[in-house]
Amino acid sequence: MAQVSFDGVTKRFGETTAVDDLTLSVPDGELLVLLGSSGCGKTTALRLVAGLEELSDGTVSIGDRVVNDIDPKDRDVAMVFQSYALYPHLSVGKNIEFPLRQRGVDKEERAAKVKRAAETLGLGELLGRKPAQLSGGQRQRVALARAIVREPLVFLMDEPLSNLDAALRVQTRADIVELQSRLRTTTLYVTHDQVEAMTMGHRIAVMSNGKLQQVATPEDLYARPSNAFVAHFLGSPGMNLVEGMLVESGTADVEGAGGRGTLCVAFAGASVPLPAPVADRVRGSGPDVVLGMRPESLRLSPDGSIAATVVIVELLGAETHVICSTETGARVIVRQSAGAAKPGIGEAVRIEVDDDPRAYHLFDSSTGERLGGS
Amino acid sequence: MTAISAPVEAAREPKARDRRGLRARLRKEAALAYLLLLPALVLFGAFSFYPFLRNFKLMLYQTPPVPGLPAHYVGLHQIVPTLTSTQFTQSLVTTIVFVILVVPISLLLGLALAVAAHRKLKGMAVYRVIFSSTVVSSVAVASVVFGTLLNPVVGLLPWLGINPTPPALESTTWALPSVALITIWQFLGLSFIIMSAGLQSVPDELLEAARIDGAGSWTRFWRMTVPLLSPTIFFAVVVSTIYAFQAFGAVDILIGPQNAVRLHTNVLIYNILNTLQIESNPGSAAIMATALFLIILGLTLLQLRFLERRVSYAR
Repeated sequence: MAQVSFDGVTKRFGETTAVDDLTLSVPDGELLVLLGSSGCGKTTALRLVAGLEELSDGTVSIGDRVVNDIDPKDRDVAMVFQSYALYPHLSVGKNIEFPLRQRGVDKEERAAKVKRAAETLGLGELLGRKPAQLSGGQRQRVALARAIVREPLVFLMDEPLSNLDAALRVQTRADIVELQSRLRTTTLYVTHDQVEAMTMGHRIAVMSNGKLQQVATPEDLYARPSNAFVAHFLGSPGMNLVEGMLVESGTADVEGAGGRGTLCVAFAGASVPLPAPVADRVRGSGPDVVLGMRPESLRLSPDGSIAATVVIVELLGAETHVICSTETGARVIVRQSAGAAKPGIGEAVRIEVDDDPRAYHLFDSSTGERLGGS
Repeated sequence: MTAISAPVEAAREPKARDRRGLRARLRKEAALAYLLLLPALVLFGAFSFYPFLRNFKLMLYQTPPVPGLPAHYVGLHQIVPTLTSTQFTQSLVTTIVFVILVVPISLLLGLALAVAAHRKLKGMAVYRVIFSSTVVSSVAVASVVFGTLLNPVVGLLPWLGINPTPPALESTTWALPSVALITIWQFLGLSFIIMSAGLQSVPDELLEAARIDGAGSWTRFWRMTVPLLSPTIFFAVVVSTIYAFQAFGAVDILIGPQNAVRLHTNVLIYNILNTLQIESNPGSAAIMATALFLIILGLTLLQLRFLERRVSYAR
């Protein structure tokens, strides 16, 4: 077992910088999810650990060993590919055995290890089959078995679930988490699926344009995104972001400020008063800011501070998303429980924000960074 | 679109009038199809199908060795003597030796070049063009160039200080390998292209997985690339064998009809041509041509059968 560290890691392909000055440490036994949309550099980061790409700058270490110039086969990592990359001409058993064979493990030990790995993943019956004769889920399990069989220092998983259908994905997700917690092997898991990231990761590293945006536990990432990108990227739907100005009430047309505070975020047709703890933290910043509000922190109410028009109402069974447009044209999504009264399309509504200080996220409008440190 | 929907509509309303209309239209379409096929049919008919059928008729007639006398009908009686004649069996052995010299070497070299050119390096496209260029060079040009290189006076060998006597192209030992050398060079382009195409279909991820799993480049090549390429390699073997069986140009240009038999370079096609033109024996030539046709037909069927039944490595 070992920790994996990126230190100032940069990878350039010609003019493009795929990974830009990445510094990140994955402690021993952790399952860290690298999350980002396609092309953000997460897979490249993983391939740098595997040794399938050469670094342009920085160092990658596994344990206390810098592996920059070490061949993939000597890094003691195992990788699960999106396409599974099973060897099509070898049987399931031979596929699982392959890494052991290459390492010169003797025959009896190989057989015992293959048997154990196959049993762990419920592949006992399938050892004689060829990959082409297996279902997607079975192939995925063979790929996992091939990874665990030689007990590597690190697991690298590159979107291993994205070729599975939805039901199987949920099942396999749980299986991988269970497997990882049992084996306690340091794991880097790449995905673009935030549900996978939130449900699987001990910590999540969000990447965008080759840059690390934030590393945190799923709870922290959701509750206190460090910038507007992370705020919007996480959550389904993501956080509502509205551009506005920080103003002291009295200097702008403030409605319903009440006794909650005097600092407001003002934009056309609305002025959202900030709860005192939030106001205290961000006073002096701005004045141009981005106000972030999770859809579940909002509700439709006649007393609401934001005037808007209903554009679309999406029914999702347990909940409803009411997509509204403010007077500035910004989209604001309100999440309602299924029981709430459904507004009609085109209806003028008012949106109210929770009193809870945690419902308010303020970001610098030019840098996108979170204001007030929390 | 209309061709598909028309019968469906007709089936829904099976009225006699509609059926007649449909039939007329199908007839028209068929007529148009034949019209469009006509140029190809005429050319193939004149230069392939008619000679092919005519060949079977020639097999049944014997031409006396004395010029001027008419050919006479002998039925199937000259088939066995022709196929058991030393001339034919020696020619067949020569051809097989030629195939054995040409096919494995050209395929191995083609594979080696394809593997070398498969790496994503700058300027590799130039090498790909160079490696595949022998496909478009004509046999005549290649033969003349190699003939010059092998020339005992101005060629490459004397320049290297090698002066075999007799010269390579006049030696009973080295004439056939020399012709094979030219053919190997000629086949290299095709072999390179086929192998390159095969390599493209081997997913990079498989080789990467093998690399992480601990396989060195030698193991990756022999345990991953070669097995995954096996359908391609088989295809290349059959196609080049078929081509090699039909070798002609290099022998004709570099050795010529007078020396072909003496220098053991009398490959099948060349033998057929000489039997026809020099010996004026169209009957025997036709029988040998048919034998060659059957050999190639067999190879083709073997390949079709294998390609149909080959294991699908679809992921």
